[in-house]
Amino acid sequence: MRLLANTTALLGKELQTEFRSRELLITTMFFVLTVIALFSITFDAAVSDPKNVGPGLLWLAILFSSSLMLQPCFLKERTNDTLSALRLSVGDPFAIFLAKLVANVCLLLITELLALPIFAVFFNVKIMRVFPQLMLVFLLGSIGIAVTGTALSAISSQARMRELLLPMLLLPLLVPILLASTEATVALLGENPALRLDWMAILAAFDLVFLTALWLFGEYLLEE
Amino acid sequence: MAKTGVYTFLVCVLMGVTAYASFYIAPTESTMGLVQRIFYLHAPSGMVSLMAFMISCIGSVAYILTRKPKWDWLAVSSAEVGVAFCTVVLLTGPIWAHPAWGVWWAWDARLTSTLVLWLLYVAFLILRTMIDDADRRALVSAFFGVFTFLDVPLVYGSIWWWRTQHPQPVVFTSAGLDPTMRKVFYLSWLSLTCLMALLIRQRYELESSREELRTLEQELEAT
Repeated sequence: MRLLANTTALLGKELQTEFRSRELLITTMFFVLTVIALFSITFDAAVSDPKNVGPGLLWLAILFSSSLMLQPCFLKERTNDTLSALRLSVGDPFAIFLAKLVANVCLLLITELLALPIFAVFFNVKIMRVFPQLMLVFLLGSIGIAVTGTALSAISSQARMRELLLPMLLLPLLVPILLASTEATVALLGENPALRLDWMAILAAFDLVFLTALWLFGEYLLEE
Repeated sequence: MAKTGVYTFLVCVLMGVTAYASFYIAPTESTMGLVQRIFYLHAPSGMVSLMAFMISCIGSVAYILTRKPKWDWLAVSSAEVGVAFCTVVLLTGPIWAHPAWGVWWAWDARLTSTLVLWLLYVAFLILRTMIDDADRRALVSAFFGVFTFLDVPLVYGSIWWWRTQHPQPVVFTSAGLDPTMRKVFYLSWLSLTCLMALLIRQRYELESSREELRTLEQELEAT
């Protein structure tokens, strides 16, 4: 119960700081759009075979932008020297991770929701009929990205060259998420839309494995 | 010192015997011909690299739990050796694939997952160079090491699901492999495992000497 109360309080703080400026959200959103647009310009296949190539491009764009978006997550605590205060304020340090990762899931989902209509227009795909299933894929995918991304942001904030380091650590780790969510999205946008349970299982397994690992080992990352 | 010398000598002899066996004792494969002999280096290297990554993960977990630097040394040594063997796999693969498949590289399940594995562990080694404080480096990279190793089955599973075109392993099934070939294969596996142990040991010694040097330097500065 303490964990829940701490997490909600910290989550409120995370979301409040972000929604005061909305800097991260707006920048990430436009970054996603830029990447999608550049990919589509580069690969002609996106125009000739949008239903199969589009989802891959969308997920790559999400992955790239999240590897940049998750950067400040722990860095701001370090630059403002607030990490020790955070640690002292909660009983279980996992609450810090949990709050940050839920906040990141929210930000990712908002970005994806905003990018989705534009993606649908660019690639001429119908999203409304599979919207709930699509959201489920986005939710599981975003949780996977946020769990690993939040943990690695705590790692990279302690290193040199951190701007380059986080994408380099995060992107290969997210290969299962990229494949599973791309394939699940392709199946949903095809002629006969179907929710591919096998890919959903991989997404759920990824989320569960890394959430457990973060719960077990995460606190060591916050040691000063 | 003498012990290391003897062990190194034995590994060299074993490697020599393995090379001889792979070239002269193992029969030539009927369809693929001579190029198939690279298999005695390629497949065991892959298995040995996985073994090294597993040792590295054990080192990482043990470091997180005990905070003894020796576990960190083990983790980094075996990760480096694993990357070396994984590189051998990625280099010998195309040499075999070009005559057999007609292309140097295909994005099939095994190739893709081995490449991703290699990228993950190279990232692990790069991460280590980016943190100056030794204790911090050990802890942070141990954490990343655990994450990386947990990712391995997921990477393999998802990529496997995605596509498969690689020749299925024939070593552990009863039929399919000539008995002499099988013996040479196991010999090669054994000698590469010994080589791995030797390399990890040497690399571990190096890391421990570095630590000793660091302590001595600190003591010198203090006086």
